[in-house]
Amino acid sequence: MYKSVIGLEIHAQLLTKTKLFCSCSTEYGDSPNTNVCPVCLGYPGALPVLNRKAVRMAVKAALALNCEIAETSFFDRKNYFYPDLPKGYQITQFYKPFATNGYLIIEVNGEKRKIGIERIHIEEDAGKSIHDSKTGKTKIDFNRTGIPLIEIVTKPDIESAEEASEFLKNLRQILIYIGVNDGNLEEGSLRCDANVSIHEPETPLGTRVEIKNVNSFKFVQKAINYEIKSQKEIIGSGKKIEYETKLYDSKQNKTFTMRTKEEMLDYRYFPEPDLLALKIDKKTVDEVKEEIPELPSDKIKRFMEEYELSKKDAVSLTVSKYLADFFEEVSSYNKIPIKNANWILSELLRYVKDIDTGFINPPVKAKPFAEFVKKVDDGEITGLVAKELLPEMIKTGKEIEVLIKQKGVEKIDSDDKIKELISGVLSENQKEIDRYKAGEKKLFGFFVGQVMKKTKGRANPQKVNLLLKEILDGK
Amino acid sequence: MDEIVKKNYFELMALVDRGELTGEEVYNAFLHTIDKKDHEIKAYLTINKEYEYKKGELKGIPIAVKDNISTEGIKTTCGSKFLENYIPPYDATAVIRLKNNGGTIIGKTNLDEFAMGSSTENSAFWTTKNPWDTERVPGGSSGGSAAAVASFQAPVALGSDTGGSVRQPAAFCGIYGLKPTYGRISRYGLVAFASSLDQIGVLSRNPKDIAIILKNMAGVDSMDATSSSVKTEDYDDFINIEPSRTKIAVLKFPKESLSSEMKIAYDEYIDFYSKRGFILEEIELKYWEYGLFVYYIIASSEASANLSRYDGIRFGKRAKADDIETLYLKSREEGFGREVKRRILMGTYSLSAGFFDEYYMKATKVRAVISGEIKNIFNVYDFVILPTTPEVAFKIGEKNDNPIKMYYSDYFTIPFSLGGFPAINIPFKLNDSGLPIGMQIASNHFKERELLSISDFLEKEIKFENNILGGFR
Repeated sequence: MYKSVIGLEIHAQLLTKTKLFCSCSTEYGDSPNTNVCPVCLGYPGALPVLNRKAVRMAVKAALALNCEIAETSFFDRKNYFYPDLPKGYQITQFYKPFATNGYLIIEVNGEKRKIGIERIHIEEDAGKSIHDSKTGKTKIDFNRTGIPLIEIVTKPDIESAEEASEFLKNLRQILIYIGVNDGNLEEGSLRCDANVSIHEPETPLGTRVEIKNVNSFKFVQKAINYEIKSQKEIIGSGKKIEYETKLYDSKQNKTFTMRTKEEMLDYRYFPEPDLLALKIDKKTVDEVKEEIPELPSDKIKRFMEEYELSKKDAVSLTVSKYLADFFEEVSSYNKIPIKNANWILSELLRYVKDIDTGFINPPVKAKPFAEFVKKVDDGEITGLVAKELLPEMIKTGKEIEVLIKQKGVEKIDSDDKIKELISGVLSENQKEIDRYKAGEKKLFGFFVGQVMKKTKGRANPQKVNLLLKEILDGK
Repeated sequence: MDEIVKKNYFELMALVDRGELTGEEVYNAFLHTIDKKDHEIKAYLTINKEYEYKKGELKGIPIAVKDNISTEGIKTTCGSKFLENYIPPYDATAVIRLKNNGGTIIGKTNLDEFAMGSSTENSAFWTTKNPWDTERVPGGSSGGSAAAVASFQAPVALGSDTGGSVRQPAAFCGIYGLKPTYGRISRYGLVAFASSLDQIGVLSRNPKDIAIILKNMAGVDSMDATSSSVKTEDYDDFINIEPSRTKIAVLKFPKESLSSEMKIAYDEYIDFYSKRGFILEEIELKYWEYGLFVYYIIASSEASANLSRYDGIRFGKRAKADDIETLYLKSREEGFGREVKRRILMGTYSLSAGFFDEYYMKATKVRAVISGEIKNIFNVYDFVILPTTPEVAFKIGEKNDNPIKMYYSDYFTIPFSLGGFPAINIPFKLNDSGLPIGMQIASNHFKERELLSISDFLEKEIKFENNILGGFR
């Protein structure tokens, strides 16, 4: 029985306005090579100057991940040639990173697991090479060059692909929560490499294989599972695992060798002489600590206690900080949190494209939405009507009060009125009455439906049920 | 015209200030001299015929700039084939500051490729001649700057000093050459050779000129994290030197480190101070001799990374190639000269896995020891004196096939670079063949004002400038 040992290396772009070592914009999607200057293009004589805002964001991430912050850390040069790496070296932190020894607690299949974080360091991003298969030419966009990154390296504490995916999900959520990363895996602002090995318990760790760029929750699982399976096959056939770097191809669901052990680069790390030691004093750490908002795990706990929500609902509502904030604001107005949770999760979410960003500007403002849920709860409109009015509210921005009046959809609640409606329906459906009386009891639903249809859902369904029973069954 | 170019920078500033000359007339006088002389001396790689003047203290008086300092719109070749046609899109901070204070850039001077060398023989373009004897080298790597100033083709020049590249050519050419404290002048725009050692310096026939130029470009720069925020001073406001209150450490060296005429000159130099009542004490430094080795490991290591940006992708040389690997190899093969390749190799080796601790890390530790040893002297003494070079300017070609011998040119200058201390070359005397002999003074960090004050004291006594003027042709 083999045990899998997995460690992740996650690169996260920090949401600064300017690059790590120059004042160029970090805007995504601008025309190629417009956000560049002598510094990020590595022109002769240009020098890096550290962006302190990036450092603050990095510290925030490290604190949220329970790391220790080094008072003094250093930058190093990682040397290698690549066309989109202008200086021929990347400025990173190799020998002494600014943060170490953190952890993140995840939950998989109801079991809590503590995943250690080895280190976090600050470094600059490289540019983007765009290969044109038609012309065979490679074009380079240097807009991304020098964008600040943190690299988060976990301890080899992850034991399955599922855990890896869960870790990534949790990490992403936290980074978004604290506002240091936008969590965009497609645009590459969050990237993941996985180190995978297998061994038999109680024996030394196996040789690891590094899989580059597994940039989605699905792919990270598939790539790791593929790799585990293939390592088991290799060992099973009596061969040895060689240390290598692989690339995951999502189309074929396979990993391919990128570099073998013999082809490994010697990065010749040495201290970056153009930058001073990175000093992070206690005052800064304390200040940043204050800026960290309530994190998802604490929020879930509080929502369950304070609002008496189910765990499932609490988890769903805290997926995004903005969504959670919206829920809390709504509840502060109408004091019916459970109802709010239901309406948000089952209905309102249908009108939001991206859950991460959809509640930065919610589709309806909290106050009118609170009013809306209250109207349903007070019985002024039926649930059916409410579901139809919600998109109308979103589209027109009108208050529920106004829409009810305009559409005349107040709930029909009086016994007399409902009895009248029932008589109407019955008189039109003599055949069904006969069948019902002959024992075809399931036709009861048909009569209820007819009444609701006639009233466009406005009739109080409980009363319709009650009165219909009285009339049909003669008590 | 000759009368104009013979004047010092500060004298020309005064003449323009009084309205006796215009900055442009001064500029043109120098252009005229360049036109007349430089075909022989070959100090300049590029001459800037455009007189562009922004009102300021420096009155439009021209400055020559070493060709590894970035000048917007003016070629900056670093003496390399790789950057033969490179025109920078920006000015170095030092250049901007000089321009903003009324300085003008008359041209770009020759150097050893990427400032690696001691003779300008490593320039990809040509070797500059020593104005005192055109069969000899002007020193390096700021040889073009030194020769330009010594031959009246510029009143002052900017150089860069990594291990002695300002002081040694100043010594060979009989002029003053200051390497300020590391961090005193922004390195932004100085094309990096060894980042932890590089410092822009000034060369002139007179300490006062150096002080004025330094004052107009020194100070902290938001574009250079290693620039110092220590307050600048009016460096040209000289302090009165009182010999009886000035403590000087005289460095003792093994006999074989100096040529016999240098040995005699050094004794005379020491006598000069003792006769005037300075407090002198002989000091021996235990680790001095390791400086050279430490330097070549650290400087080459940093250079190996600093020169990686010359890949043929964005600027400079781009060889014809069908794939990226060949593009790199051919561009660098064709673009770099022998010495540059040698240093990249040495540096790459020192940083390699398995050798890093043994070479780079050990060198870093010894560097700290040497720096500490020098710092200890300055806790007691105001200045340190010693020769600048082991010998006078050597003949062109003499050391070409022996890089180690060439490296020894920097034996007396390197340790101050390793510790970031300021040091200046004093043109002390002429030898029997009429070649200049340079002596050095160094001081504690940020004591440039004191250093220039004592240099001025010496110049007033020695009047070496008369030797240069006497040689004016």
